[in-house]
Amino acid sequence: MCGIIGLFLKDQSLQPRLGKLLAEMLVTMTDRGPDSAGVAVYSSDEIDTIKVTLQSLNPEADFAELQQKLGAEMGCTVDVQIVDTHAIVRLPGSRAGDITDALAQVCPSLRVMSTGKSVEIFKEVGLPAEVIERFSIDKLSGSHGIGHTRMATESAVTTLGAHPFSTGYDQCLVHNGSLSNHNLKRRELIREGLTFETDNDTEVAAAYLTHKLNQGNSLGEALEASIDDLDGFYTFLVGTQNGFGVLRDPIACKPAVLAETDQYVAFGSEYRALVNLPDIQSAKVWEPEPATVYFWEH
Amino acid sequence: MEYDITATGIRGLNEKLHAEPADSSQNWNVVNPNGAHAIAVGLNAPLNVSINGSTGYYCAGMNKLASVKVHGSVGPGAAENMMSGSLTVDGDASQYAGASGHGGLLNIKGNASSRCGISMKGINIVVHGNIGHMSAFMAQSGNLVVLGDAGDALGDSLYEARLFVRGEVKSLGADCIEKPMREEHIAFLAELLNEAGADATPDQFKRYGSARELYHFNIDNASAY
Repeated sequence: MCGIIGLFLKDQSLQPRLGKLLAEMLVTMTDRGPDSAGVAVYSSDEIDTIKVTLQSLNPEADFAELQQKLGAEMGCTVDVQIVDTHAIVRLPGSRAGDITDALAQVCPSLRVMSTGKSVEIFKEVGLPAEVIERFSIDKLSGSHGIGHTRMATESAVTTLGAHPFSTGYDQCLVHNGSLSNHNLKRRELIREGLTFETDNDTEVAAAYLTHKLNQGNSLGEALEASIDDLDGFYTFLVGTQNGFGVLRDPIACKPAVLAETDQYVAFGSEYRALVNLPDIQSAKVWEPEPATVYFWEH
Repeated sequence: MEYDITATGIRGLNEKLHAEPADSSQNWNVVNPNGAHAIAVGLNAPLNVSINGSTGYYCAGMNKLASVKVHGSVGPGAAENMMSGSLTVDGDASQYAGASGHGGLLNIKGNASSRCGISMKGINIVVHGNIGHMSAFMAQSGNLVVLGDAGDALGDSLYEARLFVRGEVKSLGADCIEKPMREEHIAFLAELLNEAGADATPDQFKRYGSARELYHFNIDNASAY
C-alpha cells in the first residue's frame, strides 16, 4: 500500500506552518503503511550555501567531531546541525563538488540522504508520528515538501529503504506502488554508471529520473519517459528546488487526490489526508488523470 | 438523527444504522465525514442517510434498501456490491464506483474515474459527467449511463450489461460494440434519466453492448483477449 502526501505553498505566510501541516497529513496516512516514514522539506534561506543531509547508524560517535574534521579536511567553514540520527551539513556552495570525497575520508560509514540548496530529507523506521517527533518535523518551515509512510513490498524495512529517495541535487521522489521491471532497469542503470544502496524498486525510479535529468531532459520530460520505461504500479510525487510534480501509471490503481486553493497545492493518497488544510472546503479537489504529468513551480 | 463522525467515530455510526428496525425509514444526518472509510456500509433498512462532506473508501458498500446521499465526493469503491436502494453523490466518485453492484441506483452528479461499474451485476449507474478508463469491464448485467465522455477500453470483455454514452468514447474494449437504440432502450433510458434527475434525452445517447464473441474461448479469437 503506502501513503504519500505533499504540500506546495503559494502563500508565503503559510511557510512557518509547512512542517506542522505536512506532519498532520502524514500521520493521517499511518494506516496505509506503518513500517517507516520520511519527509523532504524545501527551504532556502541561506544564499551561497548548500545543505547535505547525512544519516548515521552510530550518530553519537560519527557526529561528535564531524564539524571539526570536515572543516579541516575541506579547508573551509562547515556547519553541522545534528538532528537525532541525521545531521545537516551546511557548506559554501562553491565546495559542493568536494563533499563526497571529504566524507569518504572523514567518515565513510555516513549515508547521504540528500544534497541541495533547499532540500532536507529525514527518514527512519517507525510510525509517522514517531519519525515526526524524532526529527521535530512539525517545527520546520519551508516552501514545499513531500512525505511517505511505507508498507514494504519490494525490499527490507530499513532506513535506506524508506522514502523519500533523493534523485539528484535538490530532487527527491516518493512512490506508492511497485515496479515490476526494476531489476532489469537497475542493471541497465548500473551499466550507465549509477550506483545503488538498496534492492528497493523506488530507488531505481529515482535513479532513472536522475539519469534522464543528467542527459539534459527536463523533469517533465523525464517523467514522460518513465511512462514508457518503468513497468508496474506507481503514483510518483517528485520534489524539486522550485516545486513538485505528480505522475500516475496508465492503469492508475494507486489512489491520488489533488487539491488547489489560492494558498497551496496539496497531494494526498486519500482525501482524508487533506481535511485539516486551511480552507479545504473551498479548494478545487480532483483526481489526477492516468499517465499525465502535473507540475507546479514557484 | 444527527451523528458527528469526527467526534464519535465511524464504527459507532454503522452500529446505530445496523440497529435500526428492518422497516425503519428514519432520517440520519451525518456530519464531519472528513474522508472516513466505510461510511454507511451494509445497511439493511429503507433509511434516509445524508452525509455532509466527502467520504473515503467504500461509502454505502453492500447497501440494501437505504437511500444514501453524499453532499461531497466519494473515494474508491462507492456503492460496491450494492443490492438495492440508492447512493447519490453530488460531487465526483473515485475508481471502481458501483463495482459488482447487483441492484439499486448509483447516481453520480459529477465525474467518475476509472473502472466505474466493473463487473456490475444488475445495478443501474448514472454518471452526469465523464467516466475513466476500463469502465464496465466484464460487466454482466444492469445499465451504465454516461452523460459526458467515456475513457479508454469501455466495456472490455462485456457480458450483458447495457452501456449508454452521450459524449465521446475514447475507445471500446475487446468485444464491446455499438448497437442500435431500439424503442425499448429509448423507453427504458427515459425512465432512468428521469429517476436520476438527469438533464438529457434518450435520443442523444449511443448504446454499446457485447458482441458475444468472447463468451467461450475460441482459438480464432485469441488475439482479442
